[in-house]
Amino acid sequence: MWIQRIARHLAVFVLTTLIAGLLGASLVRFGPGFETDEQQLDPRLNAQSVQALRESHGSERHLLAFYLHYLGRMAAGDLGVSRSLARPVAQLLSERAAVTLQLMGAGIAGGWLLGLALALPAVLFRAPRYELAATALSSLFLCAPTAILALVLFFVNGPVRLAIALLIFPKVFRYARNLLADAYTQPHVLAARARGLSSQRIFFRHVAPWAVPQLLALAGVSLGIAFGAAIPIEVLCDLPGLGQLAWKAALARDLPVLVSLTILIAAFTQLANSASDVAIAACTRGRA
Amino acid sequence: MKRTRNIAAGILVLIFAASLLAGFVAPAPYAAQFRDFVSAPASRRFWLGTDELGRDRWSRLLYGTRISLLLAPAAALLSTFMAVVIGGIAGYAGGWWDRIIGRVIDLFLSLPWLFLFLIVRALLPLNASPLTSVTLTFTIMGLVGWAPAARIIRTGAQSLRNSDLVLHARACGCHGLRLVLVHLAPGLKPVVFAQFWIAIPTFILGEASLGLIGLGVAEPLPSWGNLLRELANPQAVASNPWTLAPLAALVIVVSCFQLLLPQKEFAS
Repeated sequence: MWIQRIARHLAVFVLTTLIAGLLGASLVRFGPGFETDEQQLDPRLNAQSVQALRESHGSERHLLAFYLHYLGRMAAGDLGVSRSLARPVAQLLSERAAVTLQLMGAGIAGGWLLGLALALPAVLFRAPRYELAATALSSLFLCAPTAILALVLFFVNGPVRLAIALLIFPKVFRYARNLLADAYTQPHVLAARARGLSSQRIFFRHVAPWAVPQLLALAGVSLGIAFGAAIPIEVLCDLPGLGQLAWKAALARDLPVLVSLTILIAAFTQLANSASDVAIAACTRGRA
Repeated sequence: MKRTRNIAAGILVLIFAASLLAGFVAPAPYAAQFRDFVSAPASRRFWLGTDELGRDRWSRLLYGTRISLLLAPAAALLSTFMAVVIGGIAGYAGGWWDRIIGRVIDLFLSLPWLFLFLIVRALLPLNASPLTSVTLTFTIMGLVGWAPAARIIRTGAQSLRNSDLVLHARACGCHGLRLVLVHLAPGLKPVVFAQFWIAIPTFILGEASLGLIGLGVAEPLPSWGNLLRELANPQAVASNPWTLAPLAALVIVVSCFQLLLPQKEFAS
């Protein structure tokens, strides 16, 4: 039963990732100007050189053939060579992944810590002024473009990673506050209160187990939100990460880089969602 | 809370009206250059000063606000329409339709929409005319931003399909388009409206992010996105804090939209 479920999940994961790669490749391949290359405009090149340049991209002309060939090479660890940066894609990704992972990791962790740190007192102590102040703060950051926050931090020599934390925290704060407030109105929590249980016991034994699975669902989504924000942050703050690479590759219509990035991002986002699904299942199974 | 919402609605109406009347309110056309007043500070003539090309910032802010405030709801309308069609079909038809559309939604959700937008936008001509770039930017936003709303509408349609109301209508012989229009559509209206309202500030902020990285509305047409690009120069901001005006306008408008969100849907 379990093996069947895991196999089904895995099949869906692989299929979705592959289709995402094909989608990315199709978009790039059929976009106008795909077959033009700035190098071809160089007046120093003779006709043979221009022809050689055209033929060098010949393998990318037939989409399905390119994609199947690409998948075959990917299985062997070869992701091709970037058209615009003239470097192996695998090398580019491995060099830049660390920057983005650090940016996103610190941002997600900071956002969750800040969001939960503000939401818990709002629900536990129910001080209207505190709640108003926390809501106003979260609303302010919810309404400001993350790239601007990153620019401000960049110019004051502050940690740019904080910009992603400031994007994630309002969402975590609002979701966690509403969820926890809802949890305190559940019949089993009211019954526990009526029985005179201590507030700590009520929180850890009755409220948290009810809220954690739903918070985990948001945790899975955080990865996609963080990567979306990492693109303008890395471009504006000149951080050599995957977001900046995606921007450069998109502007240069660099098919091998874009397909690799699409597959990588789709796989990571789905892995994060699957991990949160597994964690939710583990939490709810324990409760059942 | 009701008072705050009324104030937010009043501010939005005021800003919207000012931007619609930009042709009358603005002291100069958005592209007019005052070459003797390049990077001029705020004054009686130029309320927010001029940019490095000598264009009046206040006029550009008014015209930029008009573009962002008219086209973000248009993009939200497009994405919500797509979400209603796709999510509605999945939720109402069920079975294989639901499974296939569910996978397509998962596929779109597995790619951050800004990344998806980046690929699609960059594929189209970057040196497009300003009007084409505006149309492209907001149309692509609408086309790639439907998936989160479709998932929620799909769930809403599923629960409505199995509700007593619809079962009763079916038992009474109501089928097909009549069932959809008379019994399903009114039930989905609050969810659809909430999704439309949620999408507007998302698209406003999205356009701002794209404008900042040079993939939004093309110059000389102003939008909040390309007006915010001035903030990339800290010296200019320090010497003329009025360059922060587009940011203030954006934060105020997005805050007002957030305050006016239907609270129940926003919480979920």
